[in-house]
Amino acid sequence: MTIAFDLLLALSLLWSAWRTLATPRLDRAIVLFTIFGLLMSLACARLAAPDIGLAEAAIGAGLTGALLLDAYGALSRRRNAP
Amino acid sequence: MKRFLHASLVLTLASAFVFFLAGAMLELGPTAIDLRVPVAAHLPESGVTHPVTAVLLNYRGYDTLLEIAVLLLALLAILAVVGEAPTSPSRRGHSVLQAMARLAVPSMVVVAIYLLWAGAFRPGGAFQAGAVLAAAAVLLHLVGLLPSWSRPRLGLRIGLAAGFALFLAVAAGLLTQGSLLQYPPAAAGVLILLIESGLTVSLALILAGLFLFLSREAEA
Repeated sequence: MTIAFDLLLALSLLWSAWRTLATPRLDRAIVLFTIFGLLMSLACARLAAPDIGLAEAAIGAGLTGALLLDAYGALSRRRNAP
Repeated sequence: MKRFLHASLVLTLASAFVFFLAGAMLELGPTAIDLRVPVAAHLPESGVTHPVTAVLLNYRGYDTLLEIAVLLLALLAILAVVGEAPTSPSRRGHSVLQAMARLAVPSMVVVAIYLLWAGAFRPGGAFQAGAVLAAAAVLLHLVGLLPSWSRPRLGLRIGLAAGFALFLAVAAGLLTQGSLLQYPPAAAGVLILLIESGLTVSLALILAGLFLFLSREAEA
């Protein structure tokens, strides 16, 4: 059961990483990046490194995702304004 | 035909690379120095019972000191580049979002304080606590309850530098006893908690500042 979960986790990590790089739309890429960060923190927790998992969830997924989304919003607003 | 040749060449090279990479990983010998044993042996003298916190703030405290210095420097560089601008009124958020943020932020503050306290004996610590506090500030800004910061006033300046200054003061104070950042075992726990509290406040302000100083330009 655990090995099935780990395999699924590894596969979804690879899949979300690939989709993040390959998707043509920026907003989707940002959401996928956040998903990748959350899966990564789960993987860290599975590897018995909960400290890194906590930091990854808070900084990697949370703050970076919000920063990227804000930058995307600012970019599209600037493009639409003039 | 040419395309097929190209594809097969790339595939061959890539699979050879993967093959050698896997071989190198499997051939990795046992690590020359096993640091787990000395870390566990000196844990009673470190003032905390969680090995990660012991490494970050006691054995390798110098690294953490430089880390907070680098983060502070990054924020100062951003401030130097962005310059001064008047605070723009934050955009209006949806009232449901605002109500949710009002509910979420107090519990985030409690979680941050818990993480700071738990760092001594289980996973947690200043960096995670600071990140949660910063996320709370970013959430408040995104729903329109917290305006972006125009420029650092005195209180904010003190808060940004407090963690680094406190860490440096402790390091300098311990210099009289021998070497840099060598805590006396009796006071180590209190000193680490003091440093971590300062670090949490500064980290929260620095990480939130990366967001709140930059986002005002976008709104103008």
